[in-house]
Amino acid sequence: MQLARLAWRESRSTRRKLFLYMSTIAVGVAALVSIDSFARNVTRSVREQSRAVLGGDILLTSRRPFAKETEQYLDSLDSVGVRNVRLTTFPSMAVVPRNGNTRLSQIYGVGVGYPLYGEITTDPPGRYNTLQSGANALVDPSLLITLDAHVGDTLKIGYGKFVIAGTLKDVPGASGLSSAFAPRVYIPDRYLPETRLLVFGSTADYSVLLKLDAGADPDAFIKPFRARLRKQDVQIRTVTQAEERAARATESLANFIGIVGMVALLLGGIGVASGVRAFVARKIDTVAIFRCLGASGNQVLGMYVAQAAVMGLLGAVIGAAAGVVVQFLLPLAFAGMLPVDVHVSVEPVAIATGILIGGWIALVFALRPLLALRNVSPLQALRRDADADVLRMSWRDAPRMIVNVALVLSVVGVAVARAQSVKQGVWLAAATGVVLLVLALVASALAWVAKRSVRAGWPYVIRQGLANVYRPANQTRAVMLSLGFGAFLVTTLYLVQNSIVSDLSVNAASSGANLLLFDVQDKQAAPIDSLIQARGFKVTQQSPVVPMRIASINGHSAESISADTMKNRRAGWAVRREYRSTFRDSISAGETLTAGKWFAPDSGTRNSFAAGDTGEVSLDAGVAGELKVKLGDEITWNVQGVNIPTRVTSLRDVKWTRFEPNFFAVFPSWVLRDAPHQYTVLANVPGPQSVAIIQRDVVRDFPNVSSIDLSLLTATIGKIVDRASTAVRFMALFSVIMGIPVLFSAVSSTRRERVRESVLLKTLGATRAQIMSILVVEYALLGVLGSLTGLVLALGGGWALVHFVFQVKYSPDYGPAIAITAAMMAIAIAIGVIAGRGVFKETAMTSLREN
Amino acid sequence: MLIAESLTKEYSSGERTLAVLKNVSFAVQPGEFVAITGPSGSGKTTLLGLLAGLDTPSSGRVILDGADLSRMSEDERARVRSKKVGFVFQSFQLISTLTASENVQVPLELRGEVGAERRASHLLERVGLAERGTHFPMQLSGGEQQRVAIARAFSNQPSILFADEPTGNLDAHSGERVIALLEELNSESGSTVIIVTHDATLASRARRQIRLADGIVIEDTGAPAQAA
Repeated sequence: MQLARLAWRESRSTRRKLFLYMSTIAVGVAALVSIDSFARNVTRSVREQSRAVLGGDILLTSRRPFAKETEQYLDSLDSVGVRNVRLTTFPSMAVVPRNGNTRLSQIYGVGVGYPLYGEITTDPPGRYNTLQSGANALVDPSLLITLDAHVGDTLKIGYGKFVIAGTLKDVPGASGLSSAFAPRVYIPDRYLPETRLLVFGSTADYSVLLKLDAGADPDAFIKPFRARLRKQDVQIRTVTQAEERAARATESLANFIGIVGMVALLLGGIGVASGVRAFVARKIDTVAIFRCLGASGNQVLGMYVAQAAVMGLLGAVIGAAAGVVVQFLLPLAFAGMLPVDVHVSVEPVAIATGILIGGWIALVFALRPLLALRNVSPLQALRRDADADVLRMSWRDAPRMIVNVALVLSVVGVAVARAQSVKQGVWLAAATGVVLLVLALVASALAWVAKRSVRAGWPYVIRQGLANVYRPANQTRAVMLSLGFGAFLVTTLYLVQNSIVSDLSVNAASSGANLLLFDVQDKQAAPIDSLIQARGFKVTQQSPVVPMRIASINGHSAESISADTMKNRRAGWAVRREYRSTFRDSISAGETLTAGKWFAPDSGTRNSFAAGDTGEVSLDAGVAGELKVKLGDEITWNVQGVNIPTRVTSLRDVKWTRFEPNFFAVFPSWVLRDAPHQYTVLANVPGPQSVAIIQRDVVRDFPNVSSIDLSLLTATIGKIVDRASTAVRFMALFSVIMGIPVLFSAVSSTRRERVRESVLLKTLGATRAQIMSILVVEYALLGVLGSLTGLVLALGGGWALVHFVFQVKYSPDYGPAIAITAAMMAIAIAIGVIAGRGVFKETAMTSLREN
Repeated sequence: MLIAESLTKEYSSGERTLAVLKNVSFAVQPGEFVAITGPSGSGKTTLLGLLAGLDTPSSGRVILDGADLSRMSEDERARVRSKKVGFVFQSFQLISTLTASENVQVPLELRGEVGAERRASHLLERVGLAERGTHFPMQLSGGEQQRVAIARAFSNQPSILFADEPTGNLDAHSGERVIALLEELNSESGSTVIIVTHDATLASRARRQIRLADGIVIEDTGAPAQAA
């Protein structure tokens, strides 16, 4: 008790200083609390809203109209009182006949009673309730803008005509992005036949939503029917799966930014350690007196550990408070990127864990320098040695080893807790360790080189500035660690972001054509071609599309393979899916052959497929892997009821991110020429006005044909990338802000000796300019080397992240990276000079008084 | 009783070994007032450090009231200091963040004793600083700071008090007052007082003088009587 009181009294004048050092942890805690709270907000919102997102308890979806068996099953649900409602979605062109404007839209044909959960709000209000009263349509506001239409206008979808009754305001589960590609149009599903769009080969999803009694388990309910529905190619999603999927998606986002939180915390820890080192040096005299007066080493240690713990906790609490403020700002940074509306609320658990982890990390990092106080000999009260000599500890000192182990365990523990897996956590901790080790080695190397390179002939201020780098009690390592780590972090974030962004833009730009027309029926292909050519534009690609399924692989039927996935390990989705394949006799520009040989040269002129023939097929290498199929294997395809046996003769690497039609399976033309097919057409139509004209004319003559302007898509992706970049920049800014107090802390760790020495220099006649120059030489050296090392490490770290985690091409943008490095150097020099300002305030008299 | 037995202290610097004290022996009876004198570098402060248990000898022993300090651990010696030893330093060595009264209380608080505050105000009154208890060291003159240090040194009723050049940083008047105070407290409390000084006037006030030169005792005015 007395000791606690003594500790409190003793801290009187240094309390503020110690608080300043310990509070570098505050930024780390702020990062942690804001990120974790926000992640919890998101997860909670996802759980609360997942029924509304799905629209029901169970969602059954098929790529074609439900089979008779499924319809019977659905009828049986009606009789047992399970509410169900239909939803049919497909892309189509929306046309305003008044002005002829067109835009690809996503059509939602909704049954009476949709959605079963949540509410769709409209402008003017209440229009959703009257949607079913006639041929009405509710559309995204963006559609009205692009079509230059108004509420009350007629909207043509296929051959059907609808009155725009209002715009959609709030649709449960829709993020801002989902409508960016294609604006939504809600119409009553009983008017779908009037559009005449749901014809052979058209891309549509047929869904039924089920609502169970409150408390019923959707997974248990659907289980007895699962096998039967799957056989009918009906996909089943329950609200529990939807919850998990959404939670996983947001968790990985939280994990990514959570790693930034962890790094923030570690930076804070380093700041605490170097700050407390300064504090410890300042306390040597006092501790020596305490020791003379009979205090034991542990009493002294206990006193200062108590002070540090209180201040660390206080710093953590302040950090948590700041974190809550940031938490309320985060939704702005992530606006439009989340699947649900996030309700931001204070999360006590996140705050408590943030404070506890932050307080603990602060204490562990403070303990290391504090331990040295145990060794301060009472003799120091009689005769004072240099700080560094007094505080020197043997590395074999048991408590020191224990603290070191606790430190490593704490870092690994935090990393593992924040990473997605133990393995990733250990990697993360190890990578952090390597970066710190490299920085420490560079610091030692710098001191070594500086010591050996100083020449007597150099100007005094340069010699003195260089000497500061290697002399006893130098701050080379502390500054290198905090500065280098800060530079590393910020630059890595930037490089990774840049690589992802440029990967997207490269793909968007690589394909020359920009107008994609799909659902083109066989007979429409030629007239559309001439329509486009007549207006002076070029059709660059015309791909026939034949829908088909796998009937058997090497004689095993698709059903038996599906039922037997354990043994064959063929991916179920790849076996069951509908393949929209094409036929052509040459390989396309976006593909490369990875195995086998392309089709025989005569395949273009050969007679059409007849019974008894075996065709050739070229597969995408990825899907071949999923199917466990190799060259020479036999696949029989079910093409609208006709079985066509083929042999796999080649594998292709397909660049899927290119904006052009790509295919899993490509056949020589003789095999599929006679099969019913439709076309996708790619044309080069530069300029939005020309695109609008073509779209208008195509939709007038061929209402079933949809088209999309790929440059619009590129712009949309650009927007998404911009949002992501904003989020990343926000994190980067966060880390820069974080680095500044840490750097201050590092610099102040030796400030006392620095001031003492500079005052002595002043006594001996040094001018302010000379002292300033000495400081600038030292900090410039540390700043340049620290940030350059950080940059080099970041180039490596960025490459590793881009290569192994994001798996895109590494395209570092050196300009901004170098700018960041330069900024860090400037910050280092500025901080060094600011921290040295005390030197100018002290008069030469101080040195007389001190001795 | 304090006994120094063949004390030797060596420092090694590189490959050379430097003996600062060589085979120093003497005994001090309870209640004695002893001055250790000698020129700079003669080993005075080193000897004081050994006698007070701040440091351990390279060879030889220091026995305080029957206990061998040289065999104790750092913390055991700290406990002995908190019970039996008081200190006065040339540069006062008050803790700047504590008030005068709180500085006086430190030795008692380290021992976990109650009533420290009352004892501190009593001691401050005794050294003539009753009114300055709430002042911080910076607000006191050198002489006043040294008197606070003396009050602190006597707060745990030490059996022995060490003073390292106690008047070294003071003007003649303040120095005289500090010496007088030490003499009074020596006779009042019966504590042994050992002063290290190179000030001849101060040394002459002591009843016994031990003179050092080059780490060897060259004169001990009290020694013959003890030896007999």
